Amino acid sequence: MELTLNHYVGLSALLFTIGVFGIFVNRKNVIVILMAIELILLSVNINLVAFSVFNGDIAGQIFAMFVLTVAAAEAAVGLAILVVYFRTRGAIAVEDVNVLRG
Amino acid sequence: MPLIAFYILGAIVALSAVLVVAARNPVHSVLWLICAFFTSAGLLVLIGAEFLAMLLVVVYVGAVAVLFLFVVMMLDVDFVELKQGFQNYVVSGAAIALILFAEIGVIAASIGPGSNATMDPSPGADTNAEAIGAVLYTDYLLLFQLAGLILLIAMIGAIVLTLRGRPRAKRQNIAEQTGRKRKDAVELRDVRPGEGV
Repeated sequence: MELTLNHYVGLSALLFTIGVFGIFVNRKNVIVILMAIELILLSVNINLVAFSVFNGDIAGQIFAMFVLTVAAAEAAVGLAILVVYFRTRGAIAVEDVNVLRG
Repeated sequence: MPLIAFYILGAIVALSAVLVVAARNPVHSVLWLICAFFTSAGLLVLIGAEFLAMLLVVVYVGAVAVLFLFVVMMLDVDFVELKQGFQNYVVSGAAIALILFAEIGVIAASIGPGSNATMDPSPGADTNAEAIGAVLYTDYLLLFQLAGLILLIAMIGAIVLTLRGRPRAKRQNIAEQTGRKRKDAVELRDVRPGEGV
């Protein structure tokens, strides 16, 4: 047997599922939810690069770069919001977030 | 041989992803996240996408994971309390995850038996980085600039969010201090004897 696209798609599906599972399970912990989102974006990146390589089309790798950019920006802004929230509330439990409702 | 390497690396990625989600301590979560990023970089090297693999290490491990670690260690959070209710959601979460995985699997199975006949990590160039650079700075120039703009906006946004101006804090205003003239500070009055100022 040789290494094929199906292997990468399967692994990427597994990673995506674990990420979604992580969001469901860690409902209180925003930091771990953000990490699970990073896992999902990583699985998308692996998928894009695998399709790009196995079809011989470079565009997928370019788009993986853009996904990487957005992931970095999202992590920065998300963690900044988290720091501000912690400063005002003294805790990061997500279930209290609706207290901020105006 | 690449298949064996794929299975080893894939097992490590899946295991570290599970541990990211399930670790009791968020610091351990971040460390497992770093492990997952490194190993997936290895997976990308396996199919010849070296540039993206190195980018993954630089951006994810070097920037994002370190940012996570920084925030986790900076916030003084009671993590034991946050872990409560973990068991309540495991069953429903696992059910949803299984359904999702089955759905993706059905779609993935429709791409048919794979072959690596058309495999080419760097079409039209000698190296992977060269192939990416050849199209990134020509066909995708506008998107590339836009990506830079997104990063700039995210940077400004993060700074604006976390900047804390203390309105009542006393601090030195150097411009005001050095721009002070004699007439602002000293006034000469001709005081007559027996009268007030």
